[in-house]
Order: sequence, then structure tokens, then C-alpha cells
Amino acid sequence: MSTVWTPAEQPDSFVFDAASEEEIAGVLSKYPQERKASAVMPLLYIAQRQMGRVTGSAWVPVVAMDVIAQRLDMAAMRVYEVASFYTMFNTRPIGRYHLQVCTTTPCWLRGSDDVVEACQKATGIQHFGGTSADGLFTMTEVECLGACANAPILQVDDDYYEDMNAERTQAVIAELRAGRRPEPGPTVNRSVSAPLGGRKTLLPSSTVEQE
Amino acid sequence: MVRVIVDGTPVDVPPGSSALQACEAAGKEIPRFCYHERLSVAGNCRMCLVEVARAPKPVASCGFPVADGMQIFTDTEMVRRARRAVMEFLLINHPLDCPICDQGGECDLQDQAYGYGSGISRYKEDKRAVTDKDLGPLVKTVMTRCIQCTRCVRFSTEVAGTPELGLVSRGENAEITTYVEKALTSELSGNLIDVCPVGALTAKPAAFHARSWEYKKTDSIDVMDALGTNIQVQARGGEVMRIVPRVNDEVNEEWLSDKGRFSIDGLKRKRLDRPWVRVHGKLSSVSWKDALIALARRFDGVPGDKIGAIAGDLCDAESLCAIKDLLQGMGSSNLDCRQDGAWYDTSSRSGYLFNSDISGIDQADALLLVGTMPRHEAPVLNARIRKRFVDAGRGGFPIGMIGTPTADMTYDVSVLGSGPDTLAELLDGQHAFAEVLKNAKKPMIILGHAALTRRDAPAIYAACRDLAHACGAITPQWQGLNILHTAASRVGALDLGFVPGPHGCDAASMLRGGVEILWLLGADEVQLDRIPPETFVVYLGHHGDAAAKRADIILPGAAYTEKAGTYVNTAGRVQRAFRAVFAPGEAREDWRIIRAFSEVVGHTLPYDTLEELRAHMAQINPVFACGNTAVPLLVGEQESGATPASVRDGTLMATPLRPVVQDYYQTNTISRASQTMAECSRVYGKAPAVAAE
Repeated sequence: MSTVWTPAEQPDSFVFDAASEEEIAGVLSKYPQERKASAVMPLLYIAQRQMGRVTGSAWVPVVAMDVIAQRLDMAAMRVYEVASFYTMFNTRPIGRYHLQVCTTTPCWLRGSDDVVEACQKATGIQHFGGTSADGLFTMTEVECLGACANAPILQVDDDYYEDMNAERTQAVIAELRAGRRPEPGPTVNRSVSAPLGGRKTLLPSSTVEQE
Repeated sequence: MVRVIVDGTPVDVPPGSSALQACEAAGKEIPRFCYHERLSVAGNCRMCLVEVARAPKPVASCGFPVADGMQIFTDTEMVRRARRAVMEFLLINHPLDCPICDQGGECDLQDQAYGYGSGISRYKEDKRAVTDKDLGPLVKTVMTRCIQCTRCVRFSTEVAGTPELGLVSRGENAEITTYVEKALTSELSGNLIDVCPVGALTAKPAAFHARSWEYKKTDSIDVMDALGTNIQVQARGGEVMRIVPRVNDEVNEEWLSDKGRFSIDGLKRKRLDRPWVRVHGKLSSVSWKDALIALARRFDGVPGDKIGAIAGDLCDAESLCAIKDLLQGMGSSNLDCRQDGAWYDTSSRSGYLFNSDISGIDQADALLLVGTMPRHEAPVLNARIRKRFVDAGRGGFPIGMIGTPTADMTYDVSVLGSGPDTLAELLDGQHAFAEVLKNAKKPMIILGHAALTRRDAPAIYAACRDLAHACGAITPQWQGLNILHTAASRVGALDLGFVPGPHGCDAASMLRGGVEILWLLGADEVQLDRIPPETFVVYLGHHGDAAAKRADIILPGAAYTEKAGTYVNTAGRVQRAFRAVFAPGEAREDWRIIRAFSEVVGHTLPYDTLEELRAHMAQINPVFACGNTAVPLLVGEQESGATPASVRDGTLMATPLRPVVQDYYQTNTISRASQTMAECSRVYGKAPAVAAE
């Protein structure tokens, strides 16, 4: 059974850069000064994104949690608890692109196994949680992403790629590998969660009359 | 009061009580794992389920507030089934390794599994295993046994004030850990072992040594600090195996410091187990008879004023009384219990007591620490201050400190200054904190030995006393000027008048050759190198520490677990300890040795039994007649108004106060002999020394 794992490779220091500081100032302004510990989750996320920006691996090292604890005047242990509780915070280094495949029932029924397989084939990752040899991709299994209407979903970092199949998954990964980010959203002919091939209801009155 | 009906029995409980408390008030036992009455309510073990009338489901009684007329059922089929189900879940991942578990026999889970556990397991999958954590030299972990009640997390966060433990990850991967591997830095970490309801946290030094039912249990008093923590000494076959705290809300609640709990291996090492006499510069062991005769011969012809005694920090009041009577019988008034050279206002008992009593901290609403570091001098008292600090809420209990904190205090402290001259500023009202004290209804000042062992101690005391009067800390209802002692024997000795008489030498002048025969009663922390070679040193004590090396005659005494003794804590509470085991070898109870010697030397003491000795002590000071009860300043005197004139000499110096406890784990002969404490000292390091004056 897995236990908490503190990676051997921890950076020695962490400092919020100017862009992060600007965000932090905005976040902290939402909370009363004596309750600023409430900002722990936004700050963890800011730290994670900064790591992604700076090092290409969006994760939160222990030093960053210590810096956050100090900043928010709370015990470091409380930050560790929060960071380890939420799966969206990566407590170990990950690849440049974080492939998060939803395998919960609706996605699974719609073929998430194919998406997983395609990810494996395209990146060489053997199992969930693994990182590709080139360090570009990490694939994790996630639970319901809440976009079941467009199942199956592949989430890359913060973006949803919807209505995936093996072929389109490979295409997305190929684009990512080339350093481009494809447009997120449905990968089939539909607008957001509307039916395939365009709207079927609430059509303009003229269309209805013609039928 | 709210009236609740528990199993048909009406009980009245204060509003805001939980259903569990109501059930306890009705005499019903509710099984629980996560609920602990001195910690916050977590409600995550679900073992305390009860049925409440008109509630659709069983409710967790620990977190369910009572309402008027509420009907609670603690023993219905619904409750039993619910608890059985909870127990089944708890046991799914519990290893059931009771035969090799140190908690076996005193384990809440084991006990309750007898009541609610199933004989068989329906769980066919693999059990979860969790890696053990290294929490330092005192607490051993077997994390697979953990049922995640989070009592340890709450204890270290709330009581100890060192939030280093947490529950990380979630669901099946959740585990108790420090996340980054580190030793717990609390001086109260041993209490984690007590609060843990299963065998996940056990005592590392005592691992695999004994079973709880094998112990012979004896009530005693901790002597590692001056708090007088109530303890139970648990022995097997004449060997002290374990020390656990007893509940006493007036003193230690139910906590015990690590030094008090874990220095027991020091009781077995470096012990003096037979008398020794120095012949031609070398110590050789002799029989009691020879030792006493040799000693009596040395006393022969020495005038009384050339004999002196210095008492150490661990002495019981009985032996102090006996040695005092002996020396006074010989015409000596060279007595001193202040081996650290401390100064006290001995004109009244309140001059050297923690006058508000320990529980007074719970009422105080502002605190000034002068030359004291409670975390190292009395960790359990520090936890009490922290409790008050937490209970009072943000800014509700402002704490100021004069001195330099050598560690995190576990509560917010504003350091007002490093030297006693800050007191003058407070008295003038210049300092902002003076206003805080003045506005407080029950301000408290704790004066410690970093201040009292200085040359300007009388001036510091006078300033504190003036300040206490000025800010209303001394009123008929409130005694807020407190002395925090560091030595368990000190208050008892002061109560017995174990201080130099009118023409007597104090400890410093005795050491510098003021006496021909110097009797050290367990006094090892004196500056032995100052004793001139011609002084004849008698050492009566239990450990072969520094003083025994210098001694010309060594009389082996009994350690605190090996004698019935009276100890007066820093708040003036007279407490009795009982003998748990016998002293090793030839060693005897200290007062009996003195009594025996008094006969040999021809000044026979007028008591043959402990009862007679105690009656004699009560004659010297009536507080000793009070037994195990609280004796605040009630006996003897009331606090007088003005500061006695005798006190007002000297001026406050600006030099910084230096901490008295350099290394918490190595402060007396027992802890210095303990390997566990040595290991702690190595791991945690010494408190950083403050730059010399």
C-alpha cells in the first residue's frame, strides 16, 4: 500500500516571483488579516503554477509549503495536510504536461480505456503516475471531472480535451510534443456540450416551419 | 442546567455539554477512541454512537450538544449494532498483533473489541500497512496499528503547542506523520503515548519490557521540576519500569514532562549502593558501621559553626528536616538549600511561592514572565499557560517577557527587554506593557530563577512586587506575584527554614572554606571546584555524580522512588510520595541514615519513625500537617501590603537575564545518569547559550 513519499530531490529554496506575488496580493486581500490562513489553497496553487512556469514541472516542494506556512502564519504541518489531501496538488515532480485521464464510469463507458492506452502508446508511460522518459508527460488517473456529457475527458494541466478517442488523444499529444497547445474543448463537431452536429432544439422558428 | 434523560434516568448537565458528557454524568460508559476530555472534539472514530429519541440515525455523542428534555439511549439494539459495525470497520486495517504489542492489556481498542468486536473477520482483502515514523528517541511508532483518531495531532497542536504531527493524504492513504522526518520537539511528547488509544504510539525506551498487569503501582511525586507532578511509579520485581501521570487538576491535569517520565533508566545507573570512605586519597567501600564511626570520629572536636550542609534539588522534606535538626543540635546554623545561590524573600511564605496556585493561571488575564523559561523549567506548567492563552482567544491573554526566550514558548510572547532594567520602565509606566498589566483584572507576574540567582535579585523582586501592587496583581482576592521554582526540594526546604541562621554561612561561603565539614545532601550542582582541599566533604545522595567524586565520605541514600517523602511544590502544595521499590544494595532512606548517624555522633534525634518525624516537621511548620491538600498562603499569613524594607537593597542592573536551564534533558543527577535523556540531549541539542555578560 502506498505511503506518503517525500521525493529525494527537493529544491533547497523557494521564493515567490513577481508574477506570483501579484497574484498572492490579490488572494490575500479577500481574507481578513487574522484569517489569512484561509488563503492556503490558492497559495499552494500559485506556487505549483510558478514551479510549472519556472522549472517545467508543476509541483509543490516542501520548501514552498514552508514558505507558504510562514507567509500565512500557520504551522507547516497544516500546509502539508492540505497539500497532501487534494490530488490537484502535486507533491512530487511531474512532467511538463500533466495528462489526467478520467476513468470514472461515464468516461469509462465511453471508452476511457482507449484514451489511457493511447496515452501510454504515445508517451511510453507504463502505468498511472508514471512520467515519460523524456520528462514531458505524466499520466494520472483522476476521478470524475464533471464533464460527463462530453466523455471521455483528457485533462492536460488546466485544459479539458473532450470527446476523446485513441486517435484524437494521440493527435493532442503530438501537438503538445511539438510545443503547441491545441484548442481545448470538444474534439468533435459540437459546440461545448450541445449535441453532435449542431443544435437540435430551440432552433430559429423558420427552421421549424420548413419541416 | 439542562435536563436530559439517559436510559430513563434524568440528569442535569450544564448547557453546551455533549451527549457523551450527559451519559457520563448518568454513570453510563460510552466507548470512545477519538474523544478526549482535554482535547477538542474531532468526532471521527464514531465509536460513541448513541440513540437519541426522534433522531433518524445513531448520533456520535461526543459532538452532539444536549437539549432540554433530550432522551438518550445508550444500550439499545440499534446502538449495539452500530457500534459493532464501527468496530468491524476499525478492525479491518488493524493488525491484531496484540500479543506483540506494548499496549496490550491497557489498550482501548482491545478492551472494546471484547465488547463490540466480532469473532470472525469478513474482510478477505489485504490489510493496509503503513510505514513507521521516526519521532525521536522517546516515542516509538507502529503506524499500521493507528486507527486515525487524531488524538496525537490534537494533543501536539493544542496542548503541547508544537504542531508537528498531522494527518496527511486522504482516504485509504491517510496516515499520521510529521511529513518531513523529524523528532518531536515537545517536552511533553511522552503524553502522546498516554493519549494514543491503541499501540501506535508507545514508549521507545520501554519497548517489549513489561506488561501493564505485571506492574506494582505506587503513587508518587515527580521531582524533575518544582511543579510536583502527581505520578504513579510502576515497578516490577524491584525495578521501576515506568512512570505515568496521575490526574490532578490543581497541579498537572493529566500530563507529565518527558524528563519525569523517561529518566527512570537513570535510577539504575551510576547508583551509590554502599558507603565509601576516602582513605589516603582513594575511596574504598566500607560497611555502614565503619562509615558512620569514621564520620563521627571526623566530627569529633569540630565546633558546630564549622559544620555546614547544602541541600540539593531532589531532597524530600524529611531528610532536610533530619539534617537540619542534627546540625542545629551540634550548634551549627550553616544550612542552605539554595545551591544555585538564589535569593528569596523569606520573611513570609508568600515571598517564595507560586501564590496564585497553578490553577490560578486559568483565571489570569495578563502575564509577565521575568527571568523564566517555563517551557524548560516546568513544561507542564507551560502547557497550562498555553491552555490559558488558547482559551482566551486572540489577544485575550497578553504575555510579556523580560529575558530572552531560548526556544519557542508555544504561545505568543512579546519580549519587553533582556535585562531587569525593563522593570523600571514598567514601573514608570513608560512601557506599553505597563498599560496592559494595569488594564488586566487578574494580572500575573511569574518570577523565575534567571532573575533570582542574580546579584540584583532583591532589587528585581522588590521591583516585581511594586509592579504587582501598582497593577493590582496583589489584592485580597488575587495573588498574582508568583515564583516559579526549578528544584523540587526548594519550597519544602524553605518551609523548614533550611537557610543560614543569623551568623550562618550561605552556600557560597561554605563552599569557599567557611566550614571544616561540609555535608552535601544530594547537592551536585554546586561549584565543587571552589571547595578547598582541606574541607571534609560528606556526600549523602543516590548517584555517583560530580559531588561524590569530591566526597571524603559517601553515604548512599535513596532516590525519590525508593523512599516515602514529602515534597512541597512551587505553589506550596504539600504532597506525599510513597516508596515504590527498595534502594539498591546497602543504600538506605536518607532520614534513617541521618537518624542513625545522630546516635553514633551523640546528638540523637528525637524521632524513630517516619510518623514521629512528620509530626516534628508539622511542629516546625504547620503546613506539613496538611497532607496531600493544597496549602496556598492560607496557613500562616496573609499577604502584607507594602514591600518589606529589608528587601529594598541594591539597584536593577541592565545585564541580560541568562536562562537557568541550559539543557532541559540534563538537569539533575538522575537525568544525567539516564541514557534516554542523554540521547534526547544529543538529538535536541542544548538550548543556545545567551552571550555571556
